[in-house]
Amino acid sequence: MRVALFVTCLADTMVPQAAVATVRLLERLGHEVVFPEDQTCCGQMHVNTGYPDDALRLVRRHVRVFAPYDVVVAPSGSCVGSVRHQHAMVARRAGDERLAVRAEDVASRTYELSEFLVDVLGVTDVGAYYPHRVTYHPTCHSLRMLRVGDRPLRLLRAVRGLDLVELPEAEQCCGFGGTFAVKNADTSTAMLADKMRNVLTTRADVCTAGDASCLMHIGGGLSRLRAGVRTVHLAEILASTEAEPAGGAVATMPGVPCRPDAPNPGGTR
Amino acid sequence: MTRTFLGMPATAPPGVGHLRGDEPFPAAARRALSDAQLRRNLGHATATIRARSGAVIDEVPDWPQLRAAARAVKTDTMARLPELLEQLETAVTRAGGTVHWAADAVEANRIVTDLVRAAGADRVMKVKSMATQEIGLNEALAAAGIEPVETDLAELIVQLGDDRPSHILVPAIHRNRAEIREIFLRAMPGVDPTISDEPAALAAAARRHLRETFLSTRVAVSGANFAVAETGALAVVESEGNGRMCLTLPETLITVMGIEKVVPTWRDLEIFLQLLPRASTGERMNPYTSMWTGVTPGDGPQAFHLVLLDNGRSAVLADPVGRQALHCIRCSACLNVCPVYERTGGHAYGSVYPGPIGAVLSPQLTGVDDNASLPYASTLCGACYDACPVMIDIPSILVHLRGQAPHPRAEATAMAAAAYTMDHPALYAAAQRAAKLSRLAGPRGRGLPPPLSGWTASRDLPEPPAETFRQWWADR
Ligand code: SF4
Repeated sequence: MRVALFVTCLADTMVPQAAVATVRLLERLGHEVVFPEDQTCCGQMHVNTGYPDDALRLVRRHVRVFAPYDVVVAPSGSCVGSVRHQHAMVARRAGDERLAVRAEDVASRTYELSEFLVDVLGVTDVGAYYPHRVTYHPTCHSLRMLRVGDRPLRLLRAVRGLDLVELPEAEQCCGFGGTFAVKNADTSTAMLADKMRNVLTTRADVCTAGDASCLMHIGGGLSRLRAGVRTVHLAEILASTEAEPAGGAVATMPGVPCRPDAPNPGGTR
Repeated sequence: MTRTFLGMPATAPPGVGHLRGDEPFPAAARRALSDAQLRRNLGHATATIRARSGAVIDEVPDWPQLRAAARAVKTDTMARLPELLEQLETAVTRAGGTVHWAADAVEANRIVTDLVRAAGADRVMKVKSMATQEIGLNEALAAAGIEPVETDLAELIVQLGDDRPSHILVPAIHRNRAEIREIFLRAMPGVDPTISDEPAALAAAARRHLRETFLSTRVAVSGANFAVAETGALAVVESEGNGRMCLTLPETLITVMGIEKVVPTWRDLEIFLQLLPRASTGERMNPYTSMWTGVTPGDGPQAFHLVLLDNGRSAVLADPVGRQALHCIRCSACLNVCPVYERTGGHAYGSVYPGPIGAVLSPQLTGVDDNASLPYASTLCGACYDACPVMIDIPSILVHLRGQAPHPRAEATAMAAAAYTMDHPALYAAAQRAAKLSRLAGPRGRGLPPPLSGWTASRDLPEPPAETFRQWWADR
C-alpha cells in the first residue's frame, strides 16, 4: 500500500527518530511510504490556544497537501485528533463549506499509527524485538478523541522480549495540554509529578506512548529528576528488531542520563 | 413583576453574586497547589466518589442511551425555551403559585428580599441551591437585615466556617472531618465540647443545631433541580432530608431557578432522575426526591413564589456552540474526574461554578473578558466530556471560548508569525534549521525567558536533534 506520512511538526523538528521509525516500520511491512514535502503543521496549537483564524491557513494547506493520497498515517494521536475533530470545524467557522467537506474527506483517510496497523493492515505482531521493561501511557487524545483503546497494547504485547507493565492511573492526563503547560505551569507540574510517580512505581526502563508531545513532557520531567527512565515513542519500539535494534538513539530525550545501575540502553537486561 | 425578553442577551452584572474571582486562575491555583492538606483532602474525596460513581454507572445497561436521550431533551428544550417558560408560568400560576422574572442577580435579590419582608420574616432557611449562591442572595438578605440559615450540612459547614463553597455538590469537599469538628466547636452554639470527628457525631450535632430553625422559621428559599413546563411541578433532589423539611414546614416557599432548568414534560424526569444520582453521588437513587406543584390548602407552604433567573443565560443561549453548557444538571461528575480540579480545588476558579463546567459556564455568563483565564484552565484531556451524563462537549466549548478570549499582544503576534511561517514550507525549513533552541535557551532550556521558563522550571527541554526528519528524508 502507498502511505503518505504526516510527520507532524513536532516529530519533524524535535523527535525525528519517531518519524524515521514509522517509515522503517511501514517499509518493513512491505508498504511504500511517501513524504509530501509541502506539509508543515496541522494547526492544532493555534486552534487549542484560541487562534482559529490563524489555523485556517494551516488547515487549507494540510487539506491541499494530503488530498491526493488514499491513506495518510501519523505517529501522533493528538495531531490525528486535530485533523479529525477540528479541521472541518475551523473551515465551517470561517464559512468555507467546500473546505470543510474536503477536510472531512481527508480526515476519513487519516490514521494514527496503531489504528492503521491494527484496523487497516490487520496486524498486531509486526515482528518487533525490544527486550525492555515497558509501561504505556495512553495519552488523552489517543484515548478519548481517537478511542484507540487497547490497540497499542495489543501491538506491544506481540513484541518479543518486551515486558509490559501496567501504569497505575494510566488514564489520568500527564498535564501537558499544549500551551497549558506554559499558561498554567504550576498545575501542569503538579499533574506531571503524579504521572512520574506512577511511572516510577512500575520500575519500567521505558515509558512509551503514541504522542511525542506528551512523551516530551513526561521525559522532560523524568530527566530533571534524573530518574533513569527513558521515554520512547511507540513507533520506535515497533520498528526495533533483532537485526536492527533500537539503540541509544531511541531516547527521545538525548540529554537523559541513564540510571547508573541500568544496563546500556540498547542492550538486554 | 418584570419580564425578561429572552431575545436580548445581557451578561450577569459585576459587583453582585459569585461568578468572578479576584485573580486569574493560574495565580489562584498556585496558592491552592502549595496547600498539601487541601490536595490530600481533594485527592481522597474525588477518588472515592469517582470509584463509587463508576461502579453504579456500570450497573446500568442503557447508560449511553440515557445520556443520548437526556441530550435530546435538553437540545429540544433550549430550542424552544421562551415557549416552555411561558407554559411553566401558566401551569405554576394555575396551581396557585406566583411567577417572577428576574433579568439578573440584582433583580432576583430584590424580588426575594421584598417577598421575605412582605411575609414579615427576619430569618429564612435555605435549601442548598447553586442559583442563590450565584446571585449572592445570602449577602443581599444579610444587608437587608434578614438572616439566611443554610440547612444542607456541607453548606452549613461553609457558612459557619466563613468560607466559600468549592464544589457544586459537596461545597465543603476541601475540608476533612477534623477541620469540620474545629469549625463546629468554634461557630456552632451549644455544641458538645467533647464531640468526636466521626461523621455521624458531626451530623447529629448539625441536626440538633438546625432543628430549632426548622420549627421556628416561616420562610424558606430553595433552588430547583427541575421544573416541568407541562404541569408546573418543581423538583429538588438531595441526600439528607433537610431540604424536604424546608420545602414542607414553612408558610412561604420561594424558589429561585435558572431558566435552563425547565423540562418539557413529566415523562422527561424519568431520564434525569436516573442519570443524576449515579453520575453525582454514586447512588442508585436520590435518598430524597421532593416535588411540589403550586400550593395545596392546609398542606405545606400556603404561598409559593417561583423566581425565574436569567443572569446571563440568554447570552449563553444566543451562542450556538456554547449554549449546550445550559444542559448542565449540576451533577458535578465533570469536577470529580477533572485532573485540574483535583489539584487546584474549586476556589481557584473564582466562581460558584468550578471545574470543567465552571470553566465554560462562568465566562459565558459574565462575558469572556471578565473570566478570560478560565477557558485555559484545562488540558483538553476530555475526561469531563466522557463523564457528563448529558453529554456536554466541554472541550469543544473551551476551545470555542479561547477563540473569543482577549489575547496577550505578544502571544497573538507570535501565533500569527508561526502560522505564516508554517504556511511557507521554505521559511518553515529555514526556521527549523535555525531553531537551535537549546543554544538560545541554555542547557536543557533553563535560560528561557518567561512565560516559557514556566515549562523549564520543572522540566528539561530536549535538545534539538542533529537533523530534522525532513533533512533525513532528503538525504536517504
Ligand atoms: S457539565 Fe455535565 S458532568 Fe458537569 S456538572 Fe454539568 S451535567 Fe454534570
